[in-house]
Amino acid sequence: MDFLTLRGIHHTYFTKTSAVTALNDISLDVQEGEFVSFLGPSGCGKTTLLSIIAGLLDPTYGQVKLEGKSVKEAADKTGYMLQQDYLFPWKTIEENILLGLKVSKTLDDTKKKEVLSLLRQMGLENVESLYPKQLSGGMRQRVALVRTLATEPKLLMLDEPFSALDYQTKLKLEDLVSNTFKTFGKTAILVTHDIGEAIAMSDRIFLFSPSPGRLHKTFTIPEELRNLTPFNARNHSLYNELFKKIWKELESIEPEEN
Amino acid sequence: MNPKKTELLHQQYLKGLSRERKIVRLYQLLIFIAFFASWETSSQQKWIDPLLFSSPSKIWNLLIEKTMDGSLAVHIGVTLAETVLGFILGTLVGTVLAALLWWSPMLSKILDPYLVVLNSMPKVALGPILIVALGTNLSSIVAMGAIISVIITTIVVYTAFKEVDPNYLKVLQTFGATRTQSFREAILPASFPTIISTLKVNVGLSWVGVIVGEFLVSARGLGYMIIYGFQVFNFTLVFLSLFVIAVFATVMYQLVELLEKKLIKNNQ
Repeated sequence: MDFLTLRGIHHTYFTKTSAVTALNDISLDVQEGEFVSFLGPSGCGKTTLLSIIAGLLDPTYGQVKLEGKSVKEAADKTGYMLQQDYLFPWKTIEENILLGLKVSKTLDDTKKKEVLSLLRQMGLENVESLYPKQLSGGMRQRVALVRTLATEPKLLMLDEPFSALDYQTKLKLEDLVSNTFKTFGKTAILVTHDIGEAIAMSDRIFLFSPSPGRLHKTFTIPEELRNLTPFNARNHSLYNELFKKIWKELESIEPEEN
Repeated sequence: MNPKKTELLHQQYLKGLSRERKIVRLYQLLIFIAFFASWETSSQQKWIDPLLFSSPSKIWNLLIEKTMDGSLAVHIGVTLAETVLGFILGTLVGTVLAALLWWSPMLSKILDPYLVVLNSMPKVALGPILIVALGTNLSSIVAMGAIISVIITTIVVYTAFKEVDPNYLKVLQTFGATRTQSFREAILPASFPTIISTLKVNVGLSWVGVIVGEFLVSARGLGYMIIYGFQVFNFTLVFLSLFVIAVFATVMYQLVELLEKKLIKNNQ
């Protein structure tokens, strides 16, 4: 059985003056433990689709099932990471990473120890009692990752989580995230408009075309690249080949922009 | 540049700062002395009518006298209690109303025109009705102190609630937070700075409400002292009340500022 299934997802945003269709007939499956990317130009409804999968938004039509259950019922199995870290500035790092457990009322001493040790595994020592503004951007995004992982979600959704970081930090975090997810056997969906990031991190790439958002093409990343860390994958010859292929495909779906 | 020279420049900079501070203090003191000295002299020399404008020395003597017989302390105590109560009540009720409006967008849409009308209405005009409804006692004066700040608090705090970055709510929703949890974890703490700044405004407003309330009820308190002094043409008493009000209103404002520093130490 598929882990995550999307069937015939349509979504239309209504305003007083217009009805804008953001997503048109999206159907796809994701296997357990897989890392997939939603790639596409802006306006192709990637973030809308991610919100629908996260159960934050109800699709106009269509069904999303996670392990056979609707995503609303399976809310505790999903985790969501935003573009910026959105750590709560009035909470300490410890309070921030325990937030999910506190909200779901599953916080106990064992869980707390686990989460704090996860923080150390991410290379963050002695930051528990600090406030977010005292950390650098990269550190904050790592804290946000710990916060997302703390509730032990099976499916992780990453909405351009590296886009606000500088290039070096971004490459390091890609490796860290990729490693962590492989170790814990997490399923993940990454939304991005960065072709390189999608190739380096994923097992499969779903390419979307804009207005209205449709699934344009699916790319399967070759085994050789998948087994490499994102940083090493970027240096592989297959990476460049694939990059060109996807680049051409992207050019073909947005000709009016040139 | 060598470190010694940097050190020297820093010393000079600090000296400059302290010199500036001294000059500011000096001029503040000069204004204070000049004002009271010219008031005292012009009153003594009858350049102004001493019956109407009194004089600092007369006010001072009255202060001593009223402090000695204990009547001033009673009036201050009453007014202070009313103001603090009205202030706390106004801020609390206003914040709770704002929370209700945030809770139910439907309610906020329905109540919107009423809030606009109530906000533009001069609340002190409700004084006579409050006195009829609650009686000529402490409760109607406290109600005046509260009612004057409650609507504006509701509007300002509600706006702050709405302006909290929706992404904080998104984070909480992905954890399956209820609306109550979202309010407690994100909306309220994120709005603390705004709530504190409305507190500052409310200090002033509550004083206005309470003094006007005491004008109307005319039984006890600093507002009563003003209206009584006015009726028996004892303007020394009026001025004394004004100074006491100025002192206590300032102290209250400073206390709120202190609270602000304590609460918002680690934020933003």
